[in-house]
Amino acid sequence: MIRIGWAVLAGAAGLAILALGLEAAGYDSSSALTALWNGAFGSWYAFTSATLVRSVPLILIGLGIAIAFRAGVFNIGAEGQFYAGAIAATWVGLHVAGRPAALAIAMVLSASVLAGAAWVAVPVWLKLRFGVIEVISTLLLNFVAESLVSLLVQGPLQEPTGIYPQSDAIAEAARLPLLAAGRLHAGFLLACAGALVLWYLFSRTVWGFRLRAVGLGPRAAEVSGQIDSPRMGAVALLCSGCLAGLAGGVEVSGVSYALFQNLSPGYGFTGIAVALLGGLHPLGVLLSGIFMGALEAGAGAMQRDAGVPSVAVYVVEAVIIMVVLLATTPKGGWIPVRVIRRIRPAAPKAHR
Amino acid sequence: MLELVGIQKHFGSVQALRGADFSLAEGEVHALLGENGAGKTTLMYIANGLVRQDRGEVRVNGVPQPISSPRVARRMGLGMVHQHFTAIPAMTVAENIALAAGWSGHPRDLGRQAQLLSERLGLPLDPNQRAGRLSVALKQRLEVVKALAGEARILLLDEPTAVLAPAEADELLRIIKAFAGSGGAVVLITHKLDEALRAADRVTVLRSGLVTYSGPSGAQSVESLARAMIGPGADLPILQGDGARVPTPQVSDRTLVRLDSLEVSRESGYGIAVRHGRLTIQAGEIVGIAAVEGNGQRELLRTVAGRLLPLRGRLEVARPIGFIPEDRTSEGLILELSLTENVALGMDDQTSWIKRGRIDWRAARRHTAELIREFDIVAPGPDVRASSLSGGNQQKLIVARELSRNPTVIVAENPTRGMDVSATASILSRLRAAADAGAAVLFHSSDLDEVLHLADRVIVMSRGTLMEAPIGASRTVVGQMMLQSESR
Amino acid sequence: MDPVVLVTGFLAAAVRVTTPLLFAATGETLSERSGVINLGIEGTMLAGALAAALGASEWGPWGGLIAALVAGMVTAGVFALLAIGARADQIITGTAITLAAIGLTGTVYRRAFGAAGAGLSIPTFPPLRIPGLASIPVLGPALFEQPFPTYLALAGLPVVWWVLFRTRLGLALRATGEAGAMARAIGVRTRLMRAGATVAGGGFAGLGGATLVLAQVGTFTERMTAGRGYLAIAIVVLGRWHPLGVALAAFVFGLATAMQFLFQALGTRVPYQLFLMLPYLLTLLALAGAVGRVRAPGDLGR
Repeated sequence: MIRIGWAVLAGAAGLAILALGLEAAGYDSSSALTALWNGAFGSWYAFTSATLVRSVPLILIGLGIAIAFRAGVFNIGAEGQFYAGAIAATWVGLHVAGRPAALAIAMVLSASVLAGAAWVAVPVWLKLRFGVIEVISTLLLNFVAESLVSLLVQGPLQEPTGIYPQSDAIAEAARLPLLAAGRLHAGFLLACAGALVLWYLFSRTVWGFRLRAVGLGPRAAEVSGQIDSPRMGAVALLCSGCLAGLAGGVEVSGVSYALFQNLSPGYGFTGIAVALLGGLHPLGVLLSGIFMGALEAGAGAMQRDAGVPSVAVYVVEAVIIMVVLLATTPKGGWIPVRVIRRIRPAAPKAHR
Repeated sequence: MLELVGIQKHFGSVQALRGADFSLAEGEVHALLGENGAGKTTLMYIANGLVRQDRGEVRVNGVPQPISSPRVARRMGLGMVHQHFTAIPAMTVAENIALAAGWSGHPRDLGRQAQLLSERLGLPLDPNQRAGRLSVALKQRLEVVKALAGEARILLLDEPTAVLAPAEADELLRIIKAFAGSGGAVVLITHKLDEALRAADRVTVLRSGLVTYSGPSGAQSVESLARAMIGPGADLPILQGDGARVPTPQVSDRTLVRLDSLEVSRESGYGIAVRHGRLTIQAGEIVGIAAVEGNGQRELLRTVAGRLLPLRGRLEVARPIGFIPEDRTSEGLILELSLTENVALGMDDQTSWIKRGRIDWRAARRHTAELIREFDIVAPGPDVRASSLSGGNQQKLIVARELSRNPTVIVAENPTRGMDVSATASILSRLRAAADAGAAVLFHSSDLDEVLHLADRVIVMSRGTLMEAPIGASRTVVGQMMLQSESR
Repeated sequence: MDPVVLVTGFLAAAVRVTTPLLFAATGETLSERSGVINLGIEGTMLAGALAAALGASEWGPWGGLIAALVAGMVTAGVFALLAIGARADQIITGTAITLAAIGLTGTVYRRAFGAAGAGLSIPTFPPLRIPGLASIPVLGPALFEQPFPTYLALAGLPVVWWVLFRTRLGLALRATGEAGAMARAIGVRTRLMRAGATVAGGGFAGLGGATLVLAQVGTFTERMTAGRGYLAIAIVVLGRWHPLGVALAAFVFGLATAMQFLFQALGTRVPYQLFLMLPYLLTLLALAGAVGRVRAPGDLGR
């Protein structure tokens, strides 16, 4: 488990590398970082309508990835599941005009959850039935999902005039209510609730405990006779897909109101950084989701105001992932290869 | 030929060696004795370059040599046979030998070289066979050939007979004596006293990282060596001598385990591990399985424990079942979790502190604290990680967890492997107590003496077939049964 | 259209598409045989592509190729430092490396070429006709009138095969991937093996990225590898971790992708997105059929 100090260090290291990199590349790093700060926290409006709005999909996806990682399975396909959820939400959202808002929203969001689960069900099935590792299959399906969105917004789901590669706007009834002036929508509450529920499941229930046990020691969990490890992994992947699908649904129903290409600026991968920075702890994921939301919101402002490409934040995310990995890797730590060999060779019980 | 002088080595806070001396002369078989954890393996790892000593000197043929890796050791003429097989299962015999010897070239040439070498050593092997498909005895043979591949003159063997049947072990000892006789030298690490006395010219005994005896083996007896191993004041191991089996009066006629025409496939998925398995165990009875590794005992035990599904046949086992798996660090416990969590891991949904899918962690912690007291587990408390416990205490925790569920059937795989004398005695007496309280116990140990000592009935398994050993059968008789139909 | 021209064009396109995949898959074969699954190969290709674009505009196509090789090895070196040196999880490290490469290449590219992009000013490799062989009907122009990197990729294969299966180094490398602890016990320096194989594999991936820029597209665009690195990993599985199998699988892939050009040439009105999905779907299908029956190196990913 990652300690809070490490998480803060990881965030700081990411930002430091960003500043150094920008300086080295000849940008004015102080004005870039100022723009980043203002874009994320500069005003109440920036915080709620940029940072928090951006954090909603990240939290939801991050929670899903935390479930998968806790169970020792890799979901690298949240991006694809997000799109599957977005597609389903858009399709349902276009057909629920005139219904009561509560019902319409419930239909849209459940459709997105089911679509996310269905999208990850393929890798789950391939894994259980044929032993295909989920790392590759979930990854590959990301590209299929992106092409599918492109196909749909230039085909069946294209807006009526047929000019723009995007869908029509979804029905008013299917849109999530806004929480205040600005763009912050009810999806944020959903993300918070999701984190709380997951926290309860992980810390208080047998199911959550066994899920963690499978991730830490799949053999021991299986041999204990109480747990079906492969099934637990499959369930974790499905849950993970549900949350990523929900993220897609919430994004359509709360922010974009329509489907188009590049709806996700890489949420699926940022979600991995969110989950790891949050120490795979649901409440940690909530905080790290807001942090990453701020980073991405600020990056947009940085590109606008200081001319620094917003993709630069990927480097920050990557550095954060690496620092967290180094902090949590058992033993080993940061020691050169030759030294490790000398001080920790095949010790007497190393034939494992 | 080989001298180790004043060797010290610590791992973390554990002082494994505290200035041990060892010397090996040409032409001799030198037994290195000691309990588990005495430092035998570490000492030989230092000679072989796998571990670097903190202090002390390694001399080969009188010259101090910094042996920094097994590769260097090989150049010095040292070869080692490890306690566990080090052949790569997916590779052929020839490739494995080539890897150890540092050969390269066309597979055909490698095969020929490997064959020539193995025949010259008097240990013929089929060079094209995959190492994973060899029988246990042939695997051990491959290990010896690998160790000698690079013209080694000094052979280090770490518990080489642990996995062999008595007759196979004798054959191996004969081979190493011949090797020593032809101008080589052999270090034989073992904890079997009689084996050391039979095979070795000289004996060195280690206790807690110090040499407590070194001299010719002729001057010693099993008792004197055991004394040197365990130290003054401690009780001699209860397992020595012929198993004085206490007759158990309360064997009831309540059958708790019944198998009939049971067939189980191998864990690897290929082939049959258990054939026509037929066995009944009554309440209060301890049944011991005697078998050489890989003869289906693992699959039989795991099927009875409900961890494997049989192919066909009848299987009736009373519940709940307690299961003590062989590999405590990867199958028994999750080392990253706390003791409490590890106890919770084995509990089913009927446990008093698990209600409707919710765990009452406070009650779980209390329960674990009780187990720690009751089973004399040395641990600071129920919240520490399982990895912080010593091996013996980890094993005790598993036994405590499984017994605390009041199982009617207990299945145990090598429950005392790697335990010291007192932990072994404690675990065996727990099993006996559980049986006396009315449980049926099925267990296997690779230590034949332990099976003979603890079991009310001994079942011998050979190539998947179960055979009941006659009541009171001697070690030799059971040993011969273990090799029957082992014609591979 | 003349069927001969069509088939020739189709095959030539298939070979062209295959080349970057073949580079990356050959490199990944090396690292996976040593027990390392490098998901960062996607980012490594991307780094190679950008290095090739920068190098080529500075020193010409050969300079670009060498720059890509170095960039690939450096990227894989970072991966090796984390995943092998510090024993961090290989899958997550790989993902992080790819993420970092996307961010870095994007930033550097915009800095170097401005918002307008590199344009088509990058010098590239012209097709290289092999005299004699290129005159073979149909096959000749498809196989023997390709840019230099294609020949390099084809030459790399037997070299990797020879190293893996005929040398002491290869034997030790395979032993490391099968059972690291056992290899270590007999004195193989497993970490060095893994790091070496990974860095060498990164070099191959870098060349694969360079091929995209210098022999196909003629320019760099952001995220231009579009999952080719991940496809390469799948190809390694399909090719059963054997260089020849991997080459075959890569070529089958090239054929499937080149169908797109065939259909376009024939004027069929199938949405192009279907062709974009095709390689990924085919891979999933092939993996389902192939896995179960093949065995990965025993210690892969540990």
